[in-house]
Amino acid sequence: MSKITVSATVNGDAADFVCDATETLLDVLRDRLGLTGAKEGCGTGDCGACSVILNDRLVCACLVLGAEAQGAKIETVEGLANGETLHPLQRKFIEHAALQCGVCTPGFLVAAKSLIDHNPDPTEEQVRYWLAGNLCRCTGYDKIVRAVLDAAAEMREANHAA
Amino acid sequence: MDATPKPKKFIGAGHSTSHDSAARHVAGSATYIDDIREPEGTVHLAPGYAAKAACGRIAKCDLQAVRNYPGVVTVLTAADIPGVNDCSPGAGDDPVLAQTHITFHGQPIFCVVAETRLAARRAARLAIIEIEAEKPNVTVEDALAANKDVLPSYQFKRGDAAKAIADAPHQITDSFRIGGQEHFYLEGQIALAIPRENGEMLIHSSTQHPSEVQHVVAHMLGVADAAITCECRRMGGGFGGKESQAGQWAALAALATYKTGRAAKLRLDRDDDMIMTGKRHDFRVDWQAGFDASGRIQAVDTQLLSRCGVSADLSQGVNDRTMFHSDNGYFYPELSIFSRRLHTNTVSNTAFRGFGGPQGMVFAERMMEAIAIQTGLDPLDVRKRNYYTKGRDVTPYGQKVVDNILPEITAELERTSDYRKRAKAIKTFNDQSPILKKGIALTPVKFGISFTLASLNQAGALVHVYTDGSVQVNHGGTEMGQGLYTKVAQIVASEFGIPLEDVRITATTTDKVPNTSPTAASAGADLNGMAASRAAITIRDRLGEHAAKLWDVLPKQIRFEEGQVKAARKSMSFAALAKSAQLARIQLSATGFYATPDIHWDRAKAHGSPFFYFAYGAACSQVTIDTLTGEMTVDRVDILHDVGKSLNPAIDLGQIEGGFVQGMGWLTTEELVYDAQGKLRTHAPSTYKIPCASDVPSDFRTKLWKSDGNKSPTIFRSKAVGEPPVMLAISVYCAILRAVGSLNPAKLPPLDAPATPEMILRACRAMES
Repeated sequence: MSKITVSATVNGDAADFVCDATETLLDVLRDRLGLTGAKEGCGTGDCGACSVILNDRLVCACLVLGAEAQGAKIETVEGLANGETLHPLQRKFIEHAALQCGVCTPGFLVAAKSLIDHNPDPTEEQVRYWLAGNLCRCTGYDKIVRAVLDAAAEMREANHAA
Repeated sequence: MDATPKPKKFIGAGHSTSHDSAARHVAGSATYIDDIREPEGTVHLAPGYAAKAACGRIAKCDLQAVRNYPGVVTVLTAADIPGVNDCSPGAGDDPVLAQTHITFHGQPIFCVVAETRLAARRAARLAIIEIEAEKPNVTVEDALAANKDVLPSYQFKRGDAAKAIADAPHQITDSFRIGGQEHFYLEGQIALAIPRENGEMLIHSSTQHPSEVQHVVAHMLGVADAAITCECRRMGGGFGGKESQAGQWAALAALATYKTGRAAKLRLDRDDDMIMTGKRHDFRVDWQAGFDASGRIQAVDTQLLSRCGVSADLSQGVNDRTMFHSDNGYFYPELSIFSRRLHTNTVSNTAFRGFGGPQGMVFAERMMEAIAIQTGLDPLDVRKRNYYTKGRDVTPYGQKVVDNILPEITAELERTSDYRKRAKAIKTFNDQSPILKKGIALTPVKFGISFTLASLNQAGALVHVYTDGSVQVNHGGTEMGQGLYTKVAQIVASEFGIPLEDVRITATTTDKVPNTSPTAASAGADLNGMAASRAAITIRDRLGEHAAKLWDVLPKQIRFEEGQVKAARKSMSFAALAKSAQLARIQLSATGFYATPDIHWDRAKAHGSPFFYFAYGAACSQVTIDTLTGEMTVDRVDILHDVGKSLNPAIDLGQIEGGFVQGMGWLTTEELVYDAQGKLRTHAPSTYKIPCASDVPSDFRTKLWKSDGNKSPTIFRSKAVGEPPVMLAISVYCAILRAVGSLNPAKLPPLDAPATPEMILRACRAMES
């Protein structure tokens, strides 16, 4: 099978890769770019463990083909922190103990970032429904919701102060 | 480096600290098996099965097209297995690959080995398999009609239950169903086998039981256990689903490595995972009770009929525990608790958080509701009236309940949840609301802690102190997200009086601590924490003696605190003492071993004290149902749970909330549907619904019971927390039952679990007739 050459931007850096026509973006990120933060939980777009942001839109990387990423801007969990400085969402997830086994965590963080990108001041209900596409089997979600609300509040305050 | 080092924090046992991997979890850098950099030439596996049949003789298995598919390296069949074709936890009845017959739909017959995962999965579909299909036994009723069991029946008895029920002033007879549950660990089953020299192999397995994986692989390959090492740094969730169920995939990966000489990885596709691995047992419960006008039970007669699937697996322990918890917190003066373990042509059911206990408790709580409906009493009063008390304190299996705090926990939760006032307000609401109906229920949990198979109540640990004062800890317990590694590290840090960050946690591996028990039965911290503590104390005693000699003081004068070792006016850093001890030729490494004391169980006589102690809790849930659609929302949940003296309150609260929501899913939305051909029709998250963020009430109040500590001498007087919270969710089932019951206060709603919208709607309709 002939390979396809793709040029994209991943977490702000240019990323060129080759992939098969049938290869998912998730497999490209994990196997070709070594970005294993996004996980395959179901492979059918139902669990959200592979959430990434593609051209400012939250997607399941298991439902996107690698070839579709040509020219795209992709954000993954690996790009959230600024060097050693954690993103407020990452910090709040740790503070609120909003994680246990950790497999769903990257997907939740990316989904939550996408929410705050679109809506810096979400209600609790908006957080719950936005995150309804991300499954967590360990935490029971309450701490995740609190962490996202707390991070959003802190980010609003920081923006206000700036 | 010119940066000033951050002051180290002393976070010993008893304090909240984040999960040891939290920083890596949020960075996406925590390494699960699928994230391990694959050795060059790693092959990938995909199992194949007969798509159209559940059971029967394999008449034809043509794998030519599979072998010819581009990228396929080889195809494994039972004939390739050099040792024993079995991956069962002991009974010898779970073939790694079916050879002559299949017994359930989805049973692997062959396994493709290919250059890529995609090639393996695609090739697996090309097999031409013909089965001389027989009619499968799918349901409990099928198995009863065929009179087929996987294991002998078992019974607890006291007095003459049938006569006592007949003689009682009031009687109830009922039958209902309790559904099973898919684990839905977010990380599916996975194993990576890596060849080593001289026929040895390293198996990375996502398993709660590395020793069993080691044994299964060795047995299957026909090599010594010592040739196989099994390692697990972390799982992406386990919940019991990786206790016995991880072995098959590790065995297949190992077989591929054996045959090809290459590293081999098997990560199950989610749909395959759901049809090929066992689940929580589902039950039909036929029961009768006799009681007086005050709601006090005089006798109980229950038959617990469970669908076990095709093999024994862990069904003995699971069904025994259903019986052990059929009393929940209640005294039954006379009783018969009878359990049948039925054989069906469905995937073999297995361990799942609670290990059969939750099903027993659902029965007990439905019985409480039924008695309340018949007597017109508030169900909470019925519950309280039947709690174990002095003189009425012997369980159906002979263990005396000596640590009961349910009356106190119930009283406090009744007050803090405002149960009475809300129950009254709900009655008023229901009287005025024709369509929407509310219900509230406060239910207790009493859960026995210890493996009921006594030999499993043991653990080992290995602790090394290095000459810079840093420490490595290893133990037989596995990390599946529950925070076990963190708790054990806190325990070791406490014993040495050193900062938590100086204790390095290492992956669970059979070459450091051998012959371990599974991380199960909520016992991970109890057992491994105690073993690690003992190892640390052994080294601490050696260090103390050395320091005493140096300073000419008594060893008992030596204190280990805040990174220092002190006696009288002397002190030195822990690191300096470690260095000094090493120069003095003192061993800085030790093993620790723990076996739970004071437990005994005579299964033949159904009598003994199998549990070291009980963990307690209670929950109050309120729901609203729509009687026209069956839609249900949980409005508010209040939980009060006993963890003794918490080793880590933040982690314990997470276990309680997560366990509750998992239990809520089991009892409300998670429905396993097998068709008449024995095919599981709900084999992906698209059709099998676990709770999501919008299903959980925003008013969710969880509190730890203020405890003086476990009465039994556990590690720092803590209590196990893994499983008991699942059963707090029975309050949701009971609240739904109350809401449905409001339609006809004299009738027990025919409400099976899970109480899906369809089930609620059917129950509502039945109340009208």
